[in-house]
Amino acid sequence: MFRSQQLALKYFAAAMTLFGIMVVGGLLASSYYVHDGLLLNKLDFNVAKMLHIDTMIIWLLMGFIGSVYWFLPIELERETEGIKLAELLFWIFCAAVAVVAAVFIFVQYGPATEMSLWFINQGRKYVEAPRWAAIGVTLVVLVFVYNVVSTAIKAKKITGIMGVLMVDLIPLFGLYLIAFPSITNMSEDQYWWWWLVHLWVEATWEILIGCIMALALMQLLGTARRIVETWLYIEVALVLGTGILGLGHHYFWIGTPDYWLNIGGFFSALEPLPLLGMVVHAVYDAGAHRMKTTNKPAFYWVMAEAFGNFIGGGVFGFMMTLPQINLFTHGTQWTVSHGHFAFWGAYGCGVIAVIYLALQKSRAAEQLNGGPWKWSFALLNIGMIGMVGALLVAGIAQAFYERAMGGSTLQAFMQGQTNVWFVQGIVMRAVFGLVFAAGYVMLMYDLLTIGKRRVAISSPKARVAGGRA
Amino acid sequence: MYAEDPAFWRAGAISSTLVMLVVLAFLTVDSLATIRPGGANVPPYSVINKEIRYEFDRDAHRYRPVIGADQQLFGKNYSPEEAEKLMHLGKLVIQTRNCMNCHTFFGNGAYYAPDLTKAWLDPAWQQMWMPMTQAATREEAMVAFLMYPEKYPTWSRQMPNLQISREEAEALVAYLKWMSAVETNGFPIHFGHIQTN
Repeated sequence: MFRSQQLALKYFAAAMTLFGIMVVGGLLASSYYVHDGLLLNKLDFNVAKMLHIDTMIIWLLMGFIGSVYWFLPIELERETEGIKLAELLFWIFCAAVAVVAAVFIFVQYGPATEMSLWFINQGRKYVEAPRWAAIGVTLVVLVFVYNVVSTAIKAKKITGIMGVLMVDLIPLFGLYLIAFPSITNMSEDQYWWWWLVHLWVEATWEILIGCIMALALMQLLGTARRIVETWLYIEVALVLGTGILGLGHHYFWIGTPDYWLNIGGFFSALEPLPLLGMVVHAVYDAGAHRMKTTNKPAFYWVMAEAFGNFIGGGVFGFMMTLPQINLFTHGTQWTVSHGHFAFWGAYGCGVIAVIYLALQKSRAAEQLNGGPWKWSFALLNIGMIGMVGALLVAGIAQAFYERAMGGSTLQAFMQGQTNVWFVQGIVMRAVFGLVFAAGYVMLMYDLLTIGKRRVAISSPKARVAGGRA
Repeated sequence: MYAEDPAFWRAGAISSTLVMLVVLAFLTVDSLATIRPGGANVPPYSVINKEIRYEFDRDAHRYRPVIGADQQLFGKNYSPEEAEKLMHLGKLVIQTRNCMNCHTFFGNGAYYAPDLTKAWLDPAWQQMWMPMTQAATREEAMVAFLMYPEKYPTWSRQMPNLQISREEAEALVAYLKWMSAVETNGFPIHFGHIQTN
């Protein structure tokens, strides 16, 4: 195994640990809705929510970085350049995440000064990390870019996937710089902030996971490079062709001109197209190989990624993206429903698939299968779909009672939050959150032991079952 | 066939991306001009010296902010420079107190607490908090609530005490007043025009 791949395994371990903290943060955040006044003035909702969302961003980012460190030596047939620096940065990254989490939990907030933004909290959703830590993230990404580009240069080999990946790293780094300024004018602040959030999540990250999935499919199913690269280009054309101006669906209500209602509505309505393309691609490849694989869990997680991305990101996003509908759904639990489904489908499932692929190699297992992964797959996905459905019920009630009928004042907000459908939805979300958490526990058990439970896997009965499923 | 050649699709990917980026660049230049304070959609910060309403515009078919006669804030008029300083502090309060991880601004943020886009115009200040705080004006009621939310709860879900000073609270109130005058294409619809009970 290359050192780059050993580093990848460390990134995966850190990512899965943060996944666990995200689950705990989510369970806690959901409890505030069920029980008003929980931990008031001790650990308020905003802290739990920050932990929930920021750990999600970091575990996915670590998963992507780990995936690239895993595939890079395979793709370029050599050790990653500057691997020592990358190893050092990994530990600094982990330490910084721990310090930031401790500051969020124990310090929480400070006076209205620039010092608070530098050392406590920047208070901008998704990029709350204080500026010193944001500089740390910038450094990690810069070293990552250096690793990828210099290895490709040394290898004198730029494949189609590598080309797309390297170009994609420019916005991955560049857009993150928007995490620093604090602009007085809220309209302008949110204008740039959406460049970071949307153009990362709905463009840069989509391309990055597209590259990672392309590399994974070649390893998992032995799909031909020409096919994978063709699909990758089609995906880039469609994702960026629709997603760059799809940014407009965030510019409906922030003070920006009203032409964004048409532009944002039109282009974001087209955003599901590339995701549908990925489903076709994945199903076609699976069928072409008669669903035969030596790595069942990775295969199923790739499938979950394709369908989850399309339904969670594409369909659930489309459902609320037209301005006539968004006027009522904007800023409600409806958005939360879409957010959960989309992040899980587009990114979470993909990272888990790559981790299974990496573990098969690192544990030298011919076949990966067994019972636990099926339990974790089922519990995680049922838990997620349950949360998404429950939040949708709550969100629809909120859109009706708070936005449409009530006019979004404090009174209307309270009426929406106490509406019986809303309350039922929010309770069911917490229940399915527990199902999801059980799935996480099974996933960790499986990841820690799979490939080591050789007895069960090499038995003839398991092989037959694995071949038929 | 050309469609089976990856280079064909690569050219498509590069050209569609570049075209969209160029369009976005043009729209960004125009949008930034529209949303600068004093631009077509965003009022200058000194709008805090005016009365602000939110009314249905029959021609535009949506609710729009209406800027009315002079109206002092905290019993004074602010010069443009004073107003800008106040807004800067108000925005720092919003960021350092992590408001956006419970509330939303322009509908963006977290959904545990009400949207603050038009909070200045919320009838609850007059109906609930002015009697509760014994304050003579809306802005004084807001300051009292922001500094001591535990004293003036409205329901079981309460706002935590975030150690907001008097100076910070005034800046925050001024910021919310300015924000309520931003043209938001009709979001939130009906704000303050429906009597709920």
